[in-house]
Amino acid sequence: MYTPHTERDIAQMLQAVGVDSLDALLRVPDAVKLREKLDVVPALPETEIVRRFEELARMNAGASCVSFLGAGSYRHYAPPAITALAMRGEFLTAYTPYQAEVSQGYLQAIYEWQTYICLLTGMDIANASVYDGATALAEAAIMAINANGRQKVLVSRAVHPNYRAVLKTYCDGLDVAIEELPIAEDGTTDLSELARVAATKEYACVALQSPNFFGVIDTPGGAEQAALKASGTVLVAVVAEALSLGALQVPAQWGAGIVAGEAQSFGVPMAYGGPYVGFIASTKEHLRRIPGRLAGKTVDSNGKEGYVLTLQAREQHIRRERATSNICTNQAHCALIATMYLALVGKTGLRDVAAANLQCTRELADAVEAIDGCSLNFTAPHFNEIVVCVHQPAKHALAKLEQRGILGGVDLGRYYPEYANCILMAATEMTTTQDIQMLAKALQEVVHVHARV
Amino acid sequence: MAQPEGLLYSKEHEWVKIDGDRATVGITDYAQDSLGDIVYVELPKVGAQVAQFGPVGVVESVKAVSDLFTPVGGEVLEVNTGLENDPALVNREPFEGGWLFKLKLPGDSQSAGLLSASDYESFVKES
Amino acid sequence: MSTPVSDHTASPLIFESGQDGRANRYFARGKQLSEFLPREALRDDLPIPDNSEMDVVRHFTRLSQRTFGIDVGFYPLGSCTMKYNPRVNDAMASLPALRDLHPYTPDAFAQGALRIMWELERSLCSLFGMAAFSLNPAAGAHAELAALLIAKAYFKARGETKRDKVIVPDTAHGTNPASAAMCGFKVISLKSDKRGRVSVDELKKVLGDDTAVCMMTNPNTLGLFEDHVHEITRAVHEAGGLCYYDGANANALMGNARPGDMGFDLMHLNLHKTFTIPHGGGGAGAGPLGVAKQLVNFLPTPYVRKKNDSFVLDFDVPKSIGPMRSFWSNFAHIVRALAYIYANGAEGLTKVSQLAVLNANYMRVKIREFLETPYDETCRHEFVASAQELKKATGVRALDIAKALLDRGYMAPTIYFPLIVPECLMIEPTETESKETLDAFVDALRDIVETAKRDPEQILAAPVTTVVGRLDETRAARQPDLRWYPST
Repeated sequence: MYTPHTERDIAQMLQAVGVDSLDALLRVPDAVKLREKLDVVPALPETEIVRRFEELARMNAGASCVSFLGAGSYRHYAPPAITALAMRGEFLTAYTPYQAEVSQGYLQAIYEWQTYICLLTGMDIANASVYDGATALAEAAIMAINANGRQKVLVSRAVHPNYRAVLKTYCDGLDVAIEELPIAEDGTTDLSELARVAATKEYACVALQSPNFFGVIDTPGGAEQAALKASGTVLVAVVAEALSLGALQVPAQWGAGIVAGEAQSFGVPMAYGGPYVGFIASTKEHLRRIPGRLAGKTVDSNGKEGYVLTLQAREQHIRRERATSNICTNQAHCALIATMYLALVGKTGLRDVAAANLQCTRELADAVEAIDGCSLNFTAPHFNEIVVCVHQPAKHALAKLEQRGILGGVDLGRYYPEYANCILMAATEMTTTQDIQMLAKALQEVVHVHARV
Repeated sequence: MAQPEGLLYSKEHEWVKIDGDRATVGITDYAQDSLGDIVYVELPKVGAQVAQFGPVGVVESVKAVSDLFTPVGGEVLEVNTGLENDPALVNREPFEGGWLFKLKLPGDSQSAGLLSASDYESFVKES
Repeated sequence: MSTPVSDHTASPLIFESGQDGRANRYFARGKQLSEFLPREALRDDLPIPDNSEMDVVRHFTRLSQRTFGIDVGFYPLGSCTMKYNPRVNDAMASLPALRDLHPYTPDAFAQGALRIMWELERSLCSLFGMAAFSLNPAAGAHAELAALLIAKAYFKARGETKRDKVIVPDTAHGTNPASAAMCGFKVISLKSDKRGRVSVDELKKVLGDDTAVCMMTNPNTLGLFEDHVHEITRAVHEAGGLCYYDGANANALMGNARPGDMGFDLMHLNLHKTFTIPHGGGGAGAGPLGVAKQLVNFLPTPYVRKKNDSFVLDFDVPKSIGPMRSFWSNFAHIVRALAYIYANGAEGLTKVSQLAVLNANYMRVKIREFLETPYDETCRHEFVASAQELKKATGVRALDIAKALLDRGYMAPTIYFPLIVPECLMIEPTETESKETLDAFVDALRDIVETAKRDPEQILAAPVTTVVGRLDETRAARQPDLRWYPST
């Protein structure tokens, strides 16, 4: 129970309060009294708790399989220094830094995180984090809606399907309509209609992801950027694989007004989906609309530099129903981990790891392409993911790979009926040549068996 | 707190000075004092048509964000650009240098629903 | 007592200490990026520094030493339930087969993870009397938003689109109205009665065929049990509305009374409050969303189901509002919360809230000897004191008391909330603190009040032992400095 009370303590404290029993303290009206026996997991001593969870962990065969799963959650190397630092109790057990004088360390770390995100994206400002990449996109769309007052948003079908689904959940609440841009032959977004559509000035923003859900680098050209600018349509750049920011052209360079992203790749464990860490960066003009918390530098009464949470007046605590967003907690601890990751790997490490991802993916692509019955679906340049067509339902091929202990990737048919024969495969610096050979061998058998039937 | 004579006041704590078909709008000393240190003012766009008592912007202080309503309607002729770099002007001189925007008024009188200096003073005392 | 966060040396930014070429060798030196991608796809430069691992370790160790957490000292932050975060929970969340599991792992390969989610869900349903819980929302405010989206979808499905009002008592958390506004609901604020409770009569005046949801916290933010809760939920139901329970204060009734039995149709929990998830400086949290039977089909996706002897992620919830976030749940926190429930069992959790309430009442009767405690009656897990009289007499405000507590090695209580009590100090000790700790804190607070009467200047100058003094928040907001810039 983690409670320090002795029987004597309880007796003394009850006496001080002037009641007879603990039950008397918690008395509730009869109508709402607890009448049922509670059915929760049984109480165990710590030794048994550990045994129980180790047993449950063993039931996750997937954690030790050779895996090519990516699609918004990536297995990357995290230097052990991160855990050693992040698990320090001061960081782990602090609350939101409302009392700045005793929270300077965390506030400085948030300021450093904001700076890293700005430097990586090329944007002017960044917030202290949001829940994850999908909610970052939803909040970014709301920023754009608040900026130009338009009630429709445009999103590429090559944006992560889960992100689009969350965007829809949020937009349903706000009665905002969503329209989608189609996918072109090469795996990029078909932008041929963008200029015309933007010119209607009906859309608050257009969201493009690069690398997109298929791993393809997917940025608009100069003409599209100019059309968006002329029509006052905000370009929201979505980044689901933050590692790509170490290599690719920065979103600011391809016209982004807001960047919405996921930074799980920076040292945050995959942990079956969370917690992760979303970020929002933007140009200066959106400063007063950026949701969530912001750490800022200022001075104390003696002129000494220090940090505070700032622009809090926009937050729900004070502004209540007029707040820019209802977001309350951020993902401070995950952002802290990401900040530590970036500090440790630095410029050199980030470039090296990006190159290693590209190299492993090239190796994977080469191995898969060499298999008779497999082909790469998209030709445009990609980062660390590829789309492999197996010329049979991807679902079936993946099931057969699973039988061989391999998690081959994500079945695209799950989200795109037209790509039901396609698997989205990811390779990172953690993928070995052996893994790739094992997959290639198994895939060959799977494709071959299918060809025979 | 004395309210300057010759101005009209709204219950949302704005003042308006009407001069023929021109009007200058600001927030009252009471409003700036309740808000505390003002850090940012969002003003309507020049050329925009604004409706009487409609929301036209936002006044943000360290501790609160308040919607700004216009006590009279019309076309926005000018906004106080000096507030961009020095929003504290609203705290220091709410009735002079801290004015917010100027309007061109349509013909009809809009004084119904607005208060005189003494009425506003009693209104503030009651609230 | 000196504060543990009193290292007065400068703390340069990580960007100011690095040197190009001082890199750690984590990754193989491979090829150039340009061998893989066309030049125009690549960024020009990457203006982040290289630092040696030791410098980075020292940097963040210093930052940790300038940060106050529960592990450092008593943290009586009202409404935040800053209780001890057991280390075994973290160890369980770090088991490699839980930590390194990919969210797209096929169900058959993730049975352990799914079972963990299912066990937590079932336990929460029983503890709080709800039909089902979604583990999808990432935090309390996120669950509130999901709940209101559910309400909106529910009324739409019933053709009751006129229902667009959300009733929120003035003691509610500020997120309630903000969440309501994000779903296009109009907020009606309800004034508390003299006893600090929702007035059933006032409520009935605003109920009608446009009522969508009434949002409540029980105990409320004054730490008081809403003893008319049953009448309140009945009145809302009679008007055709839904009742929402904000579970931020669930630590006060867990195992002793259930929101479901009180008539609530929707509720959220903050696992980072009641169920010992570390707050981590403001997140990540986790906000399970509970619903009554008629709303189960509206839950966000996916929902964990038991089918025969195995577990599946169900993405086909018929009338679902859709997913709230990228992936299924803040799973690492689900693990922690379940480990905590295992450590307690039903009986232990019941005792937890009893001792939380005992600790709060013990402090209340001691503190009322020298500070006013408006609404002075048996409280639940927290209570409010007021520095209004002290301010009149000495000029010392709640804020100054808070700062003086920092000098004495304590985190300050929540101040200026709830808004209905002037110069408010909202104190929540939690059950994990010993009588000795509470006594020492009360003595420190008493000393501050007495010092204020004798020598207010001393308190007004606080804090003086911390690495910085009171910071200029006006300057921070007027000239926002939110990042470092590289020198060009």
